[in-house]
Amino acid sequence: MKGPVPILEIKNVEKDFGGVRAVSGCSFNVQQGTITGLIGPNGAGKTTLFNLITGFVPCTGGQIYFQGKRIDRLPPHEIFRQGIVRTFQIPRELKRMTVLENLMVVPSHQTGENIWGSWLFPRRVRRQEENNEAQAIDILRFVNLVHLKDEYAGNLSAGQKKLLELARTLMAEPQLVLLDEPGAGVNPTLMKELVEHIRRACTEKNLTFLLIEHDMDMVMRLCDPIIVMCNGENIMEGSPHEVRQNEAVLEAYLGGLGR
Amino acid sequence: MEFQGILNYLVGFAIMAVIYSIFTLGLNVHWGYTGLFNIGVAGFFALGAYTSALLTTATPDPLKFEDYIFGGNLPALLGVFNLGIDLWFLVALLGAGAVCGLMALIIGSVTIRLRGDYLAIVTLGIAESVRYIFLNEKWLANGSKGLYRIPKYLGDWVSPQHYDYLFLVVVLIVLVVIYVAVERTIKSPWGRVLKAIREDELTAAASGKNVFSFKLQSFMLGAFIMGIGGALYAHNIRFIDPRTFDPLLATFIIWAMLMVGGSGNNKGAILGAFTVWGIWAGTQFLPGFLSDPNFRFIMVGLLIVVVILLRPGGILGEERKISASAAPPNKVAPPDA
Ligand SMILES: Nc1ncnc2c1ncn2[C@@H]1O[C@H](COP(=O)(O)OP(=O)(O)O)[C@@H](O)[C@H]1O
Ligand SMILES: [Mg+2]
Repeated sequence: MKGPVPILEIKNVEKDFGGVRAVSGCSFNVQQGTITGLIGPNGAGKTTLFNLITGFVPCTGGQIYFQGKRIDRLPPHEIFRQGIVRTFQIPRELKRMTVLENLMVVPSHQTGENIWGSWLFPRRVRRQEENNEAQAIDILRFVNLVHLKDEYAGNLSAGQKKLLELARTLMAEPQLVLLDEPGAGVNPTLMKELVEHIRRACTEKNLTFLLIEHDMDMVMRLCDPIIVMCNGENIMEGSPHEVRQNEAVLEAYLGGLGR
Repeated sequence: MEFQGILNYLVGFAIMAVIYSIFTLGLNVHWGYTGLFNIGVAGFFALGAYTSALLTTATPDPLKFEDYIFGGNLPALLGVFNLGIDLWFLVALLGAGAVCGLMALIIGSVTIRLRGDYLAIVTLGIAESVRYIFLNEKWLANGSKGLYRIPKYLGDWVSPQHYDYLFLVVVLIVLVVIYVAVERTIKSPWGRVLKAIREDELTAAASGKNVFSFKLQSFMLGAFIMGIGGALYAHNIRFIDPRTFDPLLATFIIWAMLMVGGSGNNKGAILGAFTVWGIWAGTQFLPGFLSDPNFRFIMVGLLIVVVILLRPGGILGEERKISASAAPPNKVAPPDA
């Protein structure tokens, strides 16, 4: 038997923004069923890497494979359909839509999303809407936002918007979830819940997570393995214990702070 | 006599307000629901009007100094199908809508992928180009002499002095059909995606939506509606020439209607059309310089300023209910809405 096939393979990925090399020769794998952490100082290229994986920004070089299929060059919505969903470092909720509708818009293959759908198949559309609403309510319960379901998303607090981002990813029924600093700006109580939500989503819903986080406490408790990026490259990978002990990591962070 | 005159005036006013309501509904699909910045409504207005006019006018007569080469003569052609109702009108309206939809497909395919402001520049440019093409290509639509034998729909049903009453009913029926269709389509999951795109394109893409495709569909739907508005306009005035589609009366005023009534609200679009057209048409009776068109446009501009200051979202504001299947939001809109 072969070893486990990685769900995501990053191979020599590069990104130049004009003169700025945001990601250079980055290579690592994410294994199915893990909560993999991605850490590194500010400007290391973590968010850019997320943008490359999800197709929001084209790669300058290298390849990205998801479940063995090459996905760089695909547009964002195609990558979403493959089963990858991401959040944004700064939440981008749909402000003038309700929390519930922020989620209702997510599921793929809605008959009613065809312009003729609600005219030709009104019953099927209604049934799907009912199912999607029930699912959205479940997820809102899961992230403790259900009391705000009819609130404009733009009126949520910063922490609630983070939870809504997480809820959006769960609504997508993905295989791989990319979370960009899910804990930033979230108060400690909510943070504990967030960690719990992610862990439960991983085990109960059988999801794989790749998450960027600055809160070391959260990363150490939640992630294994942890990948460390610096200056656009991954400089090491290991268990929380190994990462804590590693000289290069310390160097990267201290160097990053010193700059 | 006096009363009759006022009534006739009001009927004529209402016909125009209804036709403008249709344009405003089309623009609402573009801007109010999708955030497509179309500042060339006049282009679709003109294309719809010319299409319907050319499909229905009789073959041009060189002895009458008619220089164009094609008149579809649909009333005579379709007259053979005697259904008791003039079929040609429906064909002309749908034809006008279809030509505009096709135009939107072409323009949209090349510009919608680009940043938002490109669509604005291109729609503005196309609107002016359409006008110049109809002006300079005399073979196409008689150049500056215009088209003036545009047939009346159901013209032989009533006497000419009562015809406007009948035509008001016709345009009202078209408005109601378009209103109901747009409301239903916009409140379906399809419309919800448009609103998601309006709110944040990246989030829509991150939710697996093909933003380009949805924007293109919205652009075509709005253009189709504007084309029908143009056709109704042509059959109401029954004379069009390139000057008819001046940007002030064919783009600016329609934007004013949407802003005043409430962007993102179909009832607001109609209310705005009646309000602004009321001010525009009403001020023509003011004495002296007050009835000068430039002054009247200033009045419309002032109205926009007053409404935006008092009610930034327009008189009715954006409709709160987003889709048919979910409850409307609880409280006030978020601050930057
Ligand atoms: N769109 C962009 N245009 C130009 N430079 C960018 C862009 N996005 C990111 N960068 C640059 O790439 C580098 C990596 O940024 P980023 O990926 O956001 O880092 P991180 O998320 O690890 O803090 C930074 O130097 C940043 O300035
Ligand atoms: Mg970042």
